[in-house]
Amino acid sequence: MANYSTNEFRSGLKVMIDNDPCAMIECEFVKPGKGQAFARVKLRNLLTGRVVERTFKSGESLPGADVMDTDLEYLYNDGEFWYFMHPETFEQVAADASAVGDSGKWLKEQDSCVVTLWNDRPIDVVPPNFVELRIVETDPGVRGDTASGGGKPATLETGAVVRVPLFVENGEIIKVDTRSGEYVGRVKE
Amino acid sequence: MGRLRRFFADKGVLEVETPLLSAAGATDPQIHSFETRYQGPGAARGRALYLASSPEFAMKRLLAAGSGPIYQVCKAFRQGESGRLHNPEFTLLEWYRPGFDHFRLMDEVEALVVELAAGRLADTRAERLTYAELFHRHLGLDPHTASNEDLARRAADFPALAGVSGLARDGWLDLLMSHVIQPRLERLTFVYHYPASQAALARIIRPSADVPAVAERFELFYRGVELANGFHELTDAAEQRARFERDQAQRQAQGLPPIPLDERLLAALGEGLPPCAGVALGLDRLLLVFSDQERLSDTLAFPLARA
Repeated sequence: MANYSTNEFRSGLKVMIDNDPCAMIECEFVKPGKGQAFARVKLRNLLTGRVVERTFKSGESLPGADVMDTDLEYLYNDGEFWYFMHPETFEQVAADASAVGDSGKWLKEQDSCVVTLWNDRPIDVVPPNFVELRIVETDPGVRGDTASGGGKPATLETGAVVRVPLFVENGEIIKVDTRSGEYVGRVKE
Repeated sequence: MGRLRRFFADKGVLEVETPLLSAAGATDPQIHSFETRYQGPGAARGRALYLASSPEFAMKRLLAAGSGPIYQVCKAFRQGESGRLHNPEFTLLEWYRPGFDHFRLMDEVEALVVELAAGRLADTRAERLTYAELFHRHLGLDPHTASNEDLARRAADFPALAGVSGLARDGWLDLLMSHVIQPRLERLTFVYHYPASQAALARIIRPSADVPAVAERFELFYRGVELANGFHELTDAAEQRARFERDQAQRQAQGLPPIPLDERLLAALGEGLPPCAGVALGLDRLLLVFSDQERLSDTLAFPLARA
């Protein structure tokens, strides 16, 4: 991987810090009129999600991180790993719980996800913005109540629990926004 | 600009203009000049010219020639400086006062800033602190006696600075000053008597029994932004040459290209520069802090990205 000097720093750049891949969020040039120039950067550790601040002397450089976002199809979960497949090469990768994190509850077979690979190892999984999932458990529907005051919890086939309007029934398929975890609407089969 | 020109006209300070292209440049190893070439009559093979990083040398030649008090509003150019508070081309107000020392000039800078602020300053009385008082107040250490290890250890107390290494003494001081102290200088603050190693073109007060050598240099800060830098000017030609040569040696050690010494400035100092104080104030930054903006590019019609 290439090295990046402070003049090449910019937000979005992926670099190695303390052996972890990080993405630059912000980069500021700091220099007293008659003094040493520095680059002050804010980075997100791509493994832990933590944000750190670092300062570098102008002219210093950092090794780049081999980090790539790829669109992969979700296959299945064997209890320990979540398996994904490249839709063209059919190559498979296995992501562990730390990479999948909270996204696991939205993953449905054959959905296309953005998997972040670091040295070909999955470190993050982002589900599609919208998923369509079947309700496997919810209180009986209340007919006539279309004004959805309050709503009720519904458990979906993937295990996720979302609040749905009272009229939504067990066994129905609903559309959910995975970024907010909110019910969007019913899907007709 | 009208108020600025009136301020100086009322005090009998003459407006001048000096070249932006010069055969010599600043030797300061922390300042990088744009180099360009002139080719034409008188220079068939071309010769190097430097875009002025400040009008200081030319204005001192005017002072030595007997100009009396002078000021100038001009563009200055610095290679490699671009960021939230930097643009490689910016506007400086620079002025010189024969007979003034740095304290008297601080009074005048304060009066001008208050005048230009036109009521936008919450507190019109500037605070004045020595560099040593400032470090003592904010970091609990003496910048003149602390060892490099002390400075590095203190920096490591701040998580964002923990990874920094390999700085020279002034580098550590600059790091602590620009990253820790400066952002805290909210109100109008003059900092003066910098370490002698950061004298630039200021006179140095020789050390006495319990006072270290300090430079008669000051800077002005407001809302965490460095606005101005001034000196009780060095007038000794031999001392000036020695400092230029020390700069050149440092440039060489850092692998920077040598810059031709300004022999015309040295000759003028040899003829006699009247005792004076001078200051440069960044007008873009002044506009920035007065208009409550965050980025210098917000004050420029066409910043570097759209130049």
